[in-house]
Amino acid sequence: MNVFVNFLFVIVKNNIALLYGTVGEIVTEKSGSLNLGVEGTMAIGAIGGVLIGCKSGSLLVGILASFFFAALCGLFFAFMTVTLQANQNVTGLTITTFGLGMYYFIGNAFKNAGKWPTNNVVDSLNGMKPIEIPLLSKIPVIGKAFFSQNIFVYLGIIIAVVIWWYLKYTKPGLRIRAIGENPASADAVGVNITLYKYVHLMLGSGIMGIGGLLMALTLSGSFEGSKCWIDGFGWISIALVIFANWNTLLAIIGTLVFGLFNTLKVYGSTLADFYPKVFGWLNKIPPQFMQALPFIITAVVLVVSSISKRKTDEPAAIGRNYYREER
Amino acid sequence: MKKVLSLVLALAMVLSFAVGFAGCGGNEDGDDFLVGAIYINGKNDTAGYTFAHHNGITKAMEQLGMDVSKQLKIVDNVPEDDAQVTNAINTLAAQGCKLIIGISFGYLTAMEAAAEKYPDIIFSHATGYLSNDTNFNNYFGRIYQARYLAGIAAGKKSLAVNNNNVGYVAAYGTEYAETCSGINAFALGVQAVNPNAKVYVSKLNAWANEIMERQLAEKLITDYGCGVIAQHCDSALPQIAAQDKNVFGCGYNSDMTSQAPKSHLTAPIWNWDVYYKLAIETAMNTPDEFMTKVGIYYGGLKEGFVDISPLTENCEEGTQAIIDAVKKMMVDGEWDVFTNVKLSIAADGTITKVEGAMTDNKGAEVISADGNTYSVYDKAGNLGPVEGGKAAQDGVIKGSMNWYVAGVEEK
Repeated sequence: MNVFVNFLFVIVKNNIALLYGTVGEIVTEKSGSLNLGVEGTMAIGAIGGVLIGCKSGSLLVGILASFFFAALCGLFFAFMTVTLQANQNVTGLTITTFGLGMYYFIGNAFKNAGKWPTNNVVDSLNGMKPIEIPLLSKIPVIGKAFFSQNIFVYLGIIIAVVIWWYLKYTKPGLRIRAIGENPASADAVGVNITLYKYVHLMLGSGIMGIGGLLMALTLSGSFEGSKCWIDGFGWISIALVIFANWNTLLAIIGTLVFGLFNTLKVYGSTLADFYPKVFGWLNKIPPQFMQALPFIITAVVLVVSSISKRKTDEPAAIGRNYYREER
Repeated sequence: MKKVLSLVLALAMVLSFAVGFAGCGGNEDGDDFLVGAIYINGKNDTAGYTFAHHNGITKAMEQLGMDVSKQLKIVDNVPEDDAQVTNAINTLAAQGCKLIIGISFGYLTAMEAAAEKYPDIIFSHATGYLSNDTNFNNYFGRIYQARYLAGIAAGKKSLAVNNNNVGYVAAYGTEYAETCSGINAFALGVQAVNPNAKVYVSKLNAWANEIMERQLAEKLITDYGCGVIAQHCDSALPQIAAQDKNVFGCGYNSDMTSQAPKSHLTAPIWNWDVYYKLAIETAMNTPDEFMTKVGIYYGGLKEGFVDISPLTENCEEGTQAIIDAVKKMMVDGEWDVFTNVKLSIAADGTITKVEGAMTDNKGAEVISADGNTYSVYDKAGNLGPVEGGKAAQDGVIKGSMNWYVAGVEEK
């Protein structure tokens, strides 16, 4: 296979989980809540999805399970911040700590008991095989890179597009945006804020969970117990929300841009090897810098977006709990 | 109320002190000999480096008839920070441990200082290079010997599938002699059966990173066309990637056949219990002779300290016989990997010794034709001989090797 085409293919394949995290967080933030628990939510969705998916042998059941368990995290977040009015940042961090803890606890428990689904979960779920989209996959370069991917890539893009349409053009979408901008006004026109927040916080977390399952399956569901499958993608998703300006379509582009830098740490030397004239300079960059690049880019994005004068689509009421008696 | 509480607390403290002292000051009859261990990760890990050592220590203690739950004291999750290591040592010393084992490289300076502070306690440090004459040693193994054997299995496979490209996912490359000598030994093993083979090395620049381990293996397979994937990293993901892409692989640290049953050939493995049994037994019975009986330990195939996991059905026919023969040569001390003699193994399994200089992948002579001069690169990149002639061999393998043998390329 052409190395450059494979490079593009790997960018999409190995980074699409970011799209799930980002879209899930956009849904959450559009409802006026800042959930910092993406990392933990993805971990919970991942381990729940893998275990139940393997038990059933069905990828669909796995996806639904990951959605369900992650949505439970969203339910917890909603209960804490909407019903109990707890601080959103602290609750989110709690979910991250709790989620990662549960990940190791459950994983180690199954592994110690010898019950971890061994050798190749992907085989048993059999859903990570590339699916070639007719006609489109025949386009040179792009066809292989974008239209011969596994089901999660298409599903992620479909979810991103549907959520974009939902938030922009539907009545519930308008209402949730109103809650995110000015909950008092939404309340005044009779929107059930509690219900809307609960539903969308759970929906957002559920989407993150599917991304977690994808990350697990990319690593063949092999639980090693030393490092979490999610590997910081949850945190980067939170930054990507800002990069994407709270727009799920831009989130697709953000995922690819970030994926490019994330993949360079693996592919930089290879590109330099095969295309010395064009990419030879990549070999001169120290690998440590390459590995830090995704995080440097994240920091740069945050700085640039913070000092930029351009108005963003950040929901005005983000991070603040709504308490009717206070309006 | 406060008075009652403080009274209870004071009582509790006194009691715990009493219990603590009861554990100390025992005699040397073996039943209350305490072993202390300092781990870099959690003692309850189910895989990885700490797990391997913990397993080795407990296995050795069980073989010696010791009660692990009472006689093994552990401080785990100790980072490579002198202050924290010293704290851990003080804790273990206060508990009455007579042998303190530190498993991570960065513990070395703190352990050296502690050995001076506690002359009655024996300190044993894995992978380091510091020691003293009385109560501080280091230990490591000739894992390169096992890697050479794994290389033979990989080389046979590469011949059978008619693909001369062999991949190697490594934590580091020439930065550490440990990874470097492993890569070289593996490559020499591959080349002994398949002289045309190339070994492509992809580095993590970290001791473990599961996601990159997987991605680098996939890259070596798809872009460099590798048909066998070997590794020097913790997780089995390179092997799983090999199985997914229908190629073969050699794991590391543990038999990875269960993770990749359709593709795994064999894995170089450590039998840490071999060393721990010797060290604990000596420290318990004849502590004064520890440095003469155990000393700076560098065990290999001969001691059973390193080995390869049983060959799987994925291996080519005849592999076992060749490996047995080569292993016997190393066990008998008749031949070793990093010398001026290379093995050439014919398809029918005939082993021929070929004498000559060993060259690195830049064509420079790193082991002289008479086998008496070992050379390494200095910081400026100039190749120069290591003092000590033939006796410098182990030092080069353990500490200063920084070249790849011919046929190895970093990608």
